[in-house]
Amino acid sequence: MPKSLYEKVFDRHVVRPLTGGQHQLFIGLHLIHEVTSPPAFQDLRDRGLTVRHPERTFATQDHANPTTSLLRPYADRENEGQVQALERNVEAFGIRYFSPERGEHGIVHVIGPELGLTQPGMTIACGDSHTPTHGAFGAIAFGIGTSQIRDVLATQTLVMEKLKVRRIEITGRLRPGVYAKDVALHLINVMGAKGGVGFAHEFAGPVVERFSMEERMTLCNMAIEGGARCGYVNPDATTYAWLRGRPYVPGGAAWERAVRDWDSIRSDIDAPYDDLVTIDGSTIEPMVTWGVSVDQSVPVTGTIPTDTEDAGIADAADFMGWQPGQAIAGTPIDVAFIGSCTNGRLSDFQAVADLLAGRDLKVAPHVKALIVPGSQQVRNELVARGLDKLFVTAGFEFREAGCSMCLAINPDRLEGRQVCASSSNRNFKGRQGSPTGRTLLMSPVMVAAAAIAGAVTDPRTLFGTLQ
Amino acid sequence: MAHRSRISGTALVLRGNDIDTDRIIPARFLKGVSFAGLEAHVFADERSALRARSRMHPFDDAQRRGARILVVNKNFGCGSSREHAPQALQRWGIAAVVGESFGDIFAGNSVAIGMPCLRVSERDAALLQEAVEADGARTFAVDLEEKTIRSGNLVVPVDLSDGARAQLLEGTWDATAVLLAAGPQIEKTAARLPYLNGWA
Ligand code: SF4
Repeated sequence: MPKSLYEKVFDRHVVRPLTGGQHQLFIGLHLIHEVTSPPAFQDLRDRGLTVRHPERTFATQDHANPTTSLLRPYADRENEGQVQALERNVEAFGIRYFSPERGEHGIVHVIGPELGLTQPGMTIACGDSHTPTHGAFGAIAFGIGTSQIRDVLATQTLVMEKLKVRRIEITGRLRPGVYAKDVALHLINVMGAKGGVGFAHEFAGPVVERFSMEERMTLCNMAIEGGARCGYVNPDATTYAWLRGRPYVPGGAAWERAVRDWDSIRSDIDAPYDDLVTIDGSTIEPMVTWGVSVDQSVPVTGTIPTDTEDAGIADAADFMGWQPGQAIAGTPIDVAFIGSCTNGRLSDFQAVADLLAGRDLKVAPHVKALIVPGSQQVRNELVARGLDKLFVTAGFEFREAGCSMCLAINPDRLEGRQVCASSSNRNFKGRQGSPTGRTLLMSPVMVAAAAIAGAVTDPRTLFGTLQ
Repeated sequence: MAHRSRISGTALVLRGNDIDTDRIIPARFLKGVSFAGLEAHVFADERSALRARSRMHPFDDAQRRGARILVVNKNFGCGSSREHAPQALQRWGIAAVVGESFGDIFAGNSVAIGMPCLRVSERDAALLQEAVEADGARTFAVDLEEKTIRSGNLVVPVDLSDGARAQLLEGTWDATAVLLAAGPQIEKTAARLPYLNGWA
């Protein structure tokens, strides 16, 4: 019987069926961070349980650390408290911890792939909704809550229902100046923020096949914003080239055996799907969100919707303070943020640097612009390439690695009604720290254009023809 | 663990689609190392924003303080995986959420703490919301056995996955014990996985 990758991987990991059509599913890789794991460890202790497979759980800190200095103790007592709890837990239960002290930390969804921990055919769970990022490698990866973190720690398994599978084919060719982030925002706009509820999304088609691994990660990262609990891309030569030689990836004869296995888990050509969607990639424009739900977006050349009958649109326009019909381009911004697990990888910063280089462009004087690498390794590579200097010369602040302004849990936050052009993944009310702050999601290149112009701008105009 | 087949009490209405978990519990309340005290901060920013406009959020309505059933619209609990969101609602007093649809992770997290998320049609959500708003003292009873929510002669069918329903009816929503019962079968599965065995 032909099967999709989702089914093949799911079936391999079934420990046993449970009642009500549920399954006990083995989790091959468990990633933890300082914010959602402390109550799970406490629960474990309260129940007298231990970690069943400490060698399959890996920890880092990302959400809470400041990005100005990693000197301990952190000024924020609660941030410091969460990190200390993590340190105690990894010590007590023998879990490998990628720490700032060893220069190994970073956003959990950036370091997993970077280290080669993330591999095709795995089940991957993390107490974080952007875990589908790892699906870029052909893994079944999903976010879990704290009670489920406890379950994975105690048993290395979870109670899971099989999701339906939708194949999303992106055909044609992207136009210049259109990036993976624009594809993700476009898909969510077309299918709605809840379009993927109950589904795993298989991303396919020529555009996805041509994507680099980092672009695939950006696309899969935002699967959850379209409601899908997991998203993935079938592994191929691009995947293998990216993985080869990474610390946790096997070498020699084991590599050959691994590749054969990874080839075998690809979706069969005649695999059945519960739904099939085709999107013409050549129609996608550089996208920007205008509202408070990720599906509320328009092309950068577009205008704020006029459908004020729709309560969701009216509420969002009111919160944001826009007039219906107003052009999104030209909207002044106060803060520009390039980073996060969506767009905080090397290629994201390199793309921006390539456009800045030799153009003598400067961040507008009233804009606070942050470059926040997704991991220490990304940061080191940017420094090695001299891009830190390039960014600083252009007027950006070059920070330490972390989640930073994606989520208001560390010291990087919006204030008051500030408008932020952000390469992150959520424009929810209050997401960036100020209850009345406003977030416009876009690609890193469009954030850079906004930082320079001081307002939302079509990067194709500002930078000239884009590749 | 106790079975959970019937949940009854007064209800509370929260209108709107795509109410994400950042709104249910803003991120700054995720800085602790336990869930204790989260009930005080449920919908914190929305409540204070409305107060500033001299309007009242449903969670500030003293008459609804004892409500146990929350009636919402579409895609409630989308976004962040934070279990803090259902924890805050449950600690506030909510025992069941009824709505048109839910974020997958939120619904899973809710079941894991014994708080079902029950789906109803758009029409029935409107019907229930009107009934609650017309009479705050009116009580409703969710029956998981027969998959309904009832109040007087109003009977509305509710839906939830068979798995979640079984967990609640059997009292196994806290899954750790069930999962541990698989014993060595867990390691047997691990022994079959190519990537844990050098792809041999
Ligand atoms: S960068 Fe943002 S979305 Fe990604 S893990 Fe950090 S807080 Fe979550």
